[in-house]
Amino acid sequence: MASPMADDALLTAEDLHLSFGPTPALSSASLRVHAGEVLALMGPSGSGKSTLLHCLAGILSPDSGRVRFDGHDLSAMSDARRSALRRTEFGFVFQFGQLVPELSCLENVALPLRLAGVGRRQAQRSAAEWLDRLEVADVAGKRPGQASGGQGQRVAVARALVTRPRVIFADEPTGALDSLNGERVMRLFTAAAQQTGAAVVLVTHEARVAAYSDREAVVRDGRVREQEYVR
Amino acid sequence: MCIVIGMSVGFALLGLLESGPRHGYDLKRFYDERFGHGRALHYGQVYSTLARLLKNGLVEVESEPGDGPERKRYAITSAGVTDVAGWLAQPEKPEPYLQSTLYTKVVLALLTGRDAADLLDGQRAEHLRLMRELTRRKSDGDLADQLICDHALFHLEADLRWLELTAARLDQLADQVRP
Ligand SMILES: Nc1ncnc2c1ncn2[C@@H]1O[C@H](COP(=O)(O)OP(=O)(O)OP(=O)(O)O)[C@@H](O)[C@H]1O
Ligand SMILES: [Mg+2]
Repeated sequence: MASPMADDALLTAEDLHLSFGPTPALSSASLRVHAGEVLALMGPSGSGKSTLLHCLAGILSPDSGRVRFDGHDLSAMSDARRSALRRTEFGFVFQFGQLVPELSCLENVALPLRLAGVGRRQAQRSAAEWLDRLEVADVAGKRPGQASGGQGQRVAVARALVTRPRVIFADEPTGALDSLNGERVMRLFTAAAQQTGAAVVLVTHEARVAAYSDREAVVRDGRVREQEYVR
Repeated sequence: MCIVIGMSVGFALLGLLESGPRHGYDLKRFYDERFGHGRALHYGQVYSTLARLLKNGLVEVESEPGDGPERKRYAITSAGVTDVAGWLAQPEKPEPYLQSTLYTKVVLALLTGRDAADLLDGQRAEHLRLMRELTRRKSDGDLADQLICDHALFHLEADLRWLELTAARLDQLADQVRP
């Protein structure tokens, strides 16, 4: 569905095709993500949601088609430039295993800032603020393994937001949580993203999680049916 | 509730006629097989519905020799086709017992060669719209609001799961409903 405001999209996928060997994962997938919106990607298992997310984030390169972020074609960039973009403009939240188990929750959240060259004290101060906003200040000194699943996901959201990226990619961020904890993560996540103006691309198969989005797109057989964007 | 069911019987009969003209008794049998779910339509209801559709110009009659309503063959008019299309494209307001109306719509879309997946996606969007509204209300509300909204949200979620399951089985269903 072509939007009349097509050109103000921050991130776009145009006619993406991607196969894993003989298996087509994306066949003419197109999508627009607008600045600051929360977009839910729904659709059956195996339909291509994660593959699309990875293409949008520059983790996978499509066989054909184009992904543009802020007007720049991702596939025309050097690998170094693309990974710099991922570090500075994008944030990631996955279902499991994204926190470094040897570091405390506070150090995990501070890590992206440290990698970006921020001093230790400043990084830890920002990290503590983000943990507080996501209501997990009490696990700051604990290792991820000592936090509950819901707390761990909120730490992961804090880590994704701490560098103030423009897009956060979240693949089933509540997939391993019960509905009460899942909703708490979503409520805090979407509120925090709204505060920083980050767009969120959220893959979920749960309607109650998708209800925290502004708009949904349904992926089916590697193609996207996108609900119209209205500002 | 009764009015809603009555209206959807009218659309269902009309949609069935779109797949070809039929006699009243034949149409009733066709309906009962697909949508009766163990509760057959009364002849009286079929003929009064057909009379209303006829009066509104949505069907026309091809008469055959002999008298009596059972001799009449009904055919859909182009105004009738437009009505069916409009009904199928309009998502239903989310409410209890929705699935029987939706099932009817999906079967008719398949029977008349329309895009049933599109219809289900339109309904999903309508459900999610209401779920977003309830989710917002829940975040602003007190515990009582939260519990009431959650109840509605769980029901809407169940509907949505049914929509998804139906979407996944469309090919299978199409094989079964096509005569
Ligand atoms: N690394 C891979 N190697 C081979 N095939 C893959 C790979 N990743 C995905 N696929 C295939 O591509 C298709 C799309 O997969 P994808 O993971 O994008 O689906 P999905 O919509 O995220 O599913 P789910 O809801 O189960 O996570 C599937 O057929 C899958 O088997
Ligand atoms: Mg996936």
